Amino acid sequence: MKQQAREVTVALAGQPNSGKSTVFNMLTGARQHVANYPGVTVEKKWGSFATTTLRVRLVDLPGTYSLTSYTQEERIARDFILTEKPEALVAVVDASNLERSLYLVFQLREMDIPIVLCLNMMDTAKSRGLAIDLEVLEHELDMPVVPTVGKKGLGKRELVHAVERAVGQSPRARRYIRYDAELESFLERLDARLEESRASVDSLPRRWLTVKLMENDEEARKRLVGRHEVAREGNVGDLVEYVDFLRREYIESFKRSPEKSIAAGRYHAAGEIVARAIEGRDFDRRSVTDRIDSIVLQPILAPIILAGILLTFYQATMVYGTVLADRFFPALQEGKEIIAGLFAPTPDLIRSGLLQGLVLDGLVGGVIAILYYVPIFLILFGCIAILEDSGYMPRMAFIMDRILRSFGLHGQSTLPLILGGVVVGGCAVPGVMATRAMKDEKARLITILIMPLMNCLAKIPFYVLIVGLFFSAYQGLVLFGISLFGFFVALLIAKLFSSYLVRGESAPFVMELPAYHVPTIRGVLSRAVERVWLFIRKIVTIVAVVMVGVWFFVTFPGIGFEREMHYDARLAEAEKDLYDTIAPSNRYARYLSGDSLVDLMHYRDGLNEAQRNAGEDAHELKEVERTFSTRNPAFFALANNGVTADGMIDPAAREAASKLKRFERKVRGIKRERRKEIIDASWAGRVGRSLEPVSMWAGFNWRINIAIISSFAAKESLVGTLGTIYSFEEGSQAGTLEQSIRRTESGWTVWHGLAVLVFVALFPPCLATLIMIRHETQSTGWMIFATIYPIVTGFILACLVFQLGPLLI
Amino acid sequence: MTLDELLPGQACVVRDVHLEGAVLQRLLDMGFVEGARIEVVRNAPLLDPIDIRIRNNLIAVRRSEAGGIEVERV
Repeated sequence: MKQQAREVTVALAGQPNSGKSTVFNMLTGARQHVANYPGVTVEKKWGSFATTTLRVRLVDLPGTYSLTSYTQEERIARDFILTEKPEALVAVVDASNLERSLYLVFQLREMDIPIVLCLNMMDTAKSRGLAIDLEVLEHELDMPVVPTVGKKGLGKRELVHAVERAVGQSPRARRYIRYDAELESFLERLDARLEESRASVDSLPRRWLTVKLMENDEEARKRLVGRHEVAREGNVGDLVEYVDFLRREYIESFKRSPEKSIAAGRYHAAGEIVARAIEGRDFDRRSVTDRIDSIVLQPILAPIILAGILLTFYQATMVYGTVLADRFFPALQEGKEIIAGLFAPTPDLIRSGLLQGLVLDGLVGGVIAILYYVPIFLILFGCIAILEDSGYMPRMAFIMDRILRSFGLHGQSTLPLILGGVVVGGCAVPGVMATRAMKDEKARLITILIMPLMNCLAKIPFYVLIVGLFFSAYQGLVLFGISLFGFFVALLIAKLFSSYLVRGESAPFVMELPAYHVPTIRGVLSRAVERVWLFIRKIVTIVAVVMVGVWFFVTFPGIGFEREMHYDARLAEAEKDLYDTIAPSNRYARYLSGDSLVDLMHYRDGLNEAQRNAGEDAHELKEVERTFSTRNPAFFALANNGVTADGMIDPAAREAASKLKRFERKVRGIKRERRKEIIDASWAGRVGRSLEPVSMWAGFNWRINIAIISSFAAKESLVGTLGTIYSFEEGSQAGTLEQSIRRTESGWTVWHGLAVLVFVALFPPCLATLIMIRHETQSTGWMIFATIYPIVTGFILACLVFQLGPLLI
Repeated sequence: MTLDELLPGQACVVRDVHLEGAVLQRLLDMGFVEGARIEVVRNAPLLDPIDIRIRNNLIAVRRSEAGGIEVERV
């Protein structure tokens, strides 16, 4: 039978820790996509595979224990089944945990979609001495059963075949499980009433609807109401009232709520089937996990092991990650230089082109600043995946919950906060992303909101600078103190938010501590890459746009024609000076004026650059020198301190070179002054100045204001901007930035320093974090709030320090 | 008695769950139904939450929630 392959949708359902994702990987291979379900942070994963007659789009539903309307994951999973009506379901169950797995399968069955039972982790079941009679199981459940070992790819062919058959299956009488007789009679009465009012003659599966209504399921009730209004028939109030009436009657007669009977009924049915289908005693179950737990969760060892694991984690990400990032950084720089190379060298010694500034300093600079973190994030997300897959993650929450709960947080806040940089410097972006694993929406939101107060890596250079300025004797102590300070403020604010600001009931803390597993390399890698990719997609474009905005903000409106003329005049003067001081007899004199001088300067830059790139490699250095000297021997001697390509000192060239050096210093000085003036005159500068009357309460003058404003897009630029403002240039003879600041701000006291430290410790998050907050809370309002409250809190505390501090001593 | 009164190592049978809404449903989903045999495995280092074995799975619950689970020693 040769015909076009039919396109069908199949959904993969299963409980957490059932190995669902390994089955998904086994079926779809590399053809996978990840996105978010609209409006929520639950990941939507889908992939595809082909059989002889079908092209299957396989959707990986969120892993859930049940299908109630209480959690986002469960709502998404069941709404997908109800509205998209996949042609078949693959229910992945843990063969060694059949009883609880069937609890979910029974609910799926009530949704009237053909099911293939994928009996996964068969190897574990076998090693635990469980013999499962597949035929009995198939017969009892009335659905095809396929044993698999997802992580080894065993059972794939059989599973695909079973899916193919299930899709073709015609509807037939389904065997739902039977609840106890009393409940069944109530279900019948409800069913009759629904039939009568034709409420569910439409697409909702009848059995599912009756059971859910008896369970008092909020969404099912809403669906009932919604459908009725559309149909304009029957009395909605009546129907919902009837459900309430039935429930009341049930509770009065049997002294318990229907949902308890329903759950008990499912477990009863599961127990009976398991008793019939499984032979052998579960003799080895959990013994390994038990033994590990008795050490890992031992009261005294637990905190030590936790600290050890987090320290290793921290070391791997922040230390090795940074090393890796630094190694890749030259590649990024090279990319920037390639782009820089696209711009023709400007004939101007003190200005670069406006477009060049926009692209290089704004766009490319911003993107590179973000891409720098990619290797760090890759390791970070890899580490998180290891923690998740191994089973340690929920145990971390188990250990920490008691402490964090008292601040309105949750045991599961531990990891996000550590990532955000509780103690030594982390990054709020992965911190916010890691809150995704938190099921308690209230605690999750609070964790996200306090993330900006953590010590982000990029704040560290600024801390070091300020500490060096004012507290050089107690460097370590002050650094440690400031990070502790941030953490304590964060805890206090968390407590405040949970008591007064963030509404909503805390989700129940009923958390599985799954059996330990050795994570697979593939699983860890693919998740790490997936998340980094998500990050790049979300962040890079927006950051680039805002960086361009910031660039405009610190560059325009510019300094006006007159001032530009002034700088031109000074340059001309310097040029004249150069020409005048050099002996006319010097045969290099003719290179030191006009266009030739400009060319020479570019040549020199090029040579320095190439030499830097060659680094310590003597062979390559020789090669560079050879290329440049053949290109222009005279320039080479001038740029190379009077030493010609063959290693001889040319006295004339040496004299000219030393004059050239002096000239260059002057040009740099002019450039620096001009740049400073541009920033001063820019919009950022104006805002900084106009804020001065207010910010002086905390001791910040306009220079600090500008630095803070312009570092909004990325805090990395804080120290850099200060450098520009304080006319400091690396490698120049002006000394260190510290000295420049000390010279300019001679009136500063320790309290100035402390106030600015306090403010920066509570600094508003960088742009990337804000975007992540927007993404994870799905709310622009919270994003704006997370921007503003740290500024306000930080400013108030800084004012207090600055105003009250001096009174204390 | 209620589940939070048990010491680590003690086993019991669930009689009823005196909780409502999401917590109740979640506990039911995890198997805390009438007649289920459970065992307190250990306390967290700060004594709360507690680690419960139910149907060969380990489930952590806070003491506040365990206080709503009525049990009978076996």
